[in-house]
Amino acid sequence: MPAIEKDRGKKKRAAAVAEKASPILTVATPKASKKGSSVLREDCYRILDEHDKANPKEDPNLSPEVLLKMYRGMAFVRAFDERGMMLQRQGRIGFYVPSFGQEAIQIGTASAYTNDDFVFPSYREPGIFLYRGADLFEMICNLYGNSGDVCRGRQMPVHYSFADIKMFSVSSPIATQVIQAVGAAMAFKIRKENSVAVAYCGDGGTSENDFHSGLTFGGAYQAPVVFVVTNNQYAISVPVCKQTAARRIADKGAGYGIPSIAVDGNDVLAVHKVMSEAVARARAGEGPTLLECVTFRMGPHSSSDDPSRYRDEKLYEAWKKRDPILRFRQYLSDRKLWNDKKEEQLQAEMKAQIAEAIERAEKLPPPSTDSIFEDVYAEPTPQLKEQQKQLRAEEALRGKFENSSEAFPL
Amino acid sequence: MATLTLLQSVRDALLTEMGLDERVILMGEDVGHNGGVFRATEGLQKEFGEDRVMDTPLNESGIIGMAMGMAVNGLRPVPEIQFMDFIYPAFDEIVSEVAKIRYRSGGGFTCPMVIRTPYGGGIKGGHYHSQSAEAYFAHTAGLKVVIPSNPYDTKGLLIASIRNEDPVLFMEPKRLYRSLKGEVPEGPYTVELGRANIVKPGSDVTLICWGAMVPVCMKAAELCEPRGADCEVIDVRTLVPLDESTILESVAKTGRVVIVQEAPKTCGFGSEIAAIIAEQAILHLEGPIIRVTGFDTPFPYTLEHIYLPDAERVALAVGKAKNF
Repeated sequence: MPAIEKDRGKKKRAAAVAEKASPILTVATPKASKKGSSVLREDCYRILDEHDKANPKEDPNLSPEVLLKMYRGMAFVRAFDERGMMLQRQGRIGFYVPSFGQEAIQIGTASAYTNDDFVFPSYREPGIFLYRGADLFEMICNLYGNSGDVCRGRQMPVHYSFADIKMFSVSSPIATQVIQAVGAAMAFKIRKENSVAVAYCGDGGTSENDFHSGLTFGGAYQAPVVFVVTNNQYAISVPVCKQTAARRIADKGAGYGIPSIAVDGNDVLAVHKVMSEAVARARAGEGPTLLECVTFRMGPHSSSDDPSRYRDEKLYEAWKKRDPILRFRQYLSDRKLWNDKKEEQLQAEMKAQIAEAIERAEKLPPPSTDSIFEDVYAEPTPQLKEQQKQLRAEEALRGKFENSSEAFPL
Repeated sequence: MATLTLLQSVRDALLTEMGLDERVILMGEDVGHNGGVFRATEGLQKEFGEDRVMDTPLNESGIIGMAMGMAVNGLRPVPEIQFMDFIYPAFDEIVSEVAKIRYRSGGGFTCPMVIRTPYGGGIKGGHYHSQSAEAYFAHTAGLKVVIPSNPYDTKGLLIASIRNEDPVLFMEPKRLYRSLKGEVPEGPYTVELGRANIVKPGSDVTLICWGAMVPVCMKAAELCEPRGADCEVIDVRTLVPLDESTILESVAKTGRVVIVQEAPKTCGFGSEIAAIIAEQAILHLEGPIIRVTGFDTPFPYTLEHIYLPDAERVALAVGKAKNF
């Protein structure tokens, strides 16, 4: 049984006193954690041990179908990120943000809620978009900012937005979505719907005002929301130890009366199990939960970043051995659900699928010039119409000034 | 038709619209049990329950961020920022999030909400209960900015704002909350956003103003009348979208313009109006466009009556414009 409940049971008396106002739960230390890897502190909940063997008492025993879907989701976002970085390096797109090393957090959590739940991602959750069924071609159109991009080329690459699958628009300002998720959760609660909202941010994000706002409001209203913090150890170059004096990001929950837990973010089974419980708590009206998913950012912050300037290489090498995809593959192989041949097939299939979508996306033109003025308001203001008219007139004359000997051909 | 104060008309609009549309949710500091520090939401929590009139933690960024999450998930939140001077912690949520979401999501997500906030001086509120911060927000694409000046417009504009599909910053001139009474129809009605109001027609000088400066300009017009200057007073009512035609038509008629705002002079919204007139009506002008404003200083406490434009300062400017 995951740690939230377990800890709860232990502290039954305290919990009874505190009731809903201030649950006592903080970081859990289940037995499984005692043989943890040296890079991961022992107070993280985990199911896979250092040999990638599942603790039989903790294994959620998911169906092969679910496990394979999760594996495909993790492998797919890895392939997608690799291709995205390559496109940027080749100069075909302007910018990219990879999520290398964070695949288990994305898929472990995304596999624990339903399509009716509302997700407020950060920019390092492309795998959740893909897992929830965002169209691959449209995702790639976003990287190109072309006319096929649902955001109409208005944001930098990786700032996806898919309203049809309840994946909220990614923002660059950090952690603004944390409090917004609480609002979406409260809308569900007010309408007496059974859905929940999920907010993602990173370890750096927990220093932001809106993380504080989110946990304050989420706790005060007992909103049906789950806060997922991906602690990948760095906010661009600043290590988490300089971000906060908190012993654990999960410790921050206690101050807001929010049950919290740290989990091995490279153990997809553990993430899934803890997230399932947090979602169940929210759905049952028991309020928010804070998850700290501990991992390591295996890539640069973005294509513009050079981690060799600041990264602890020893730590990086240690975490490399804990690759969440390889660990999960080992687990699946042990269960006879996966083998090299299947892997080969999957890799070929994914690469072809991504390549085909890129080829199609590259054929599309940029958004129309007129689109600059659309979607500012439901209806354009007279000022916008006037500016549009003026731009059209200027566009019609573009080039004529440079190529003319007249002083003012305009 | 009832005679209401501007404050009562705010409450009437909220009561009316909440009764008609269950998606309308109020939230803010002290708005529930206490009915708001000015009592604009008096009794509404009792009427509609705690789910629809929510007392919030003391956190402006949180109020707006939560309202945004509700708006993108199908509700019509009307968050209150207790004093406009306290809106700045929410600046990021308003400017980077609320105002941009429709655009950045290609229209996938929209954020219909009305941020109500009392603004302006004249109540002895010092730095932090007196500011007129409209210019910051009028500069933000994606936001609408509405400022009523009388009880009738307040109810009609507030209902129109709630029904609007875009986020609206609704600035209430708190100085007029209780000092101004007027006839307000019962039941729902709207005053269209983007339409200025010619409060007093005139032929010599155009006085352009909004919010609490409207009564000041009306008084100035009274002072000027016997001195041979017939003022046309235009209440802009919505800064965004701005009704340029009404302003330009008036300027074409009078050729003389005085713009009055209580905010500091530099980069105030009056500067924008002056630029529009200069760009589009320069040949109609008979003299310089004159601004009467607060000063480029923080808002003073003891000397606020000197800081704020009053009828005499406005009348002096009218004289300058007339005699140029």
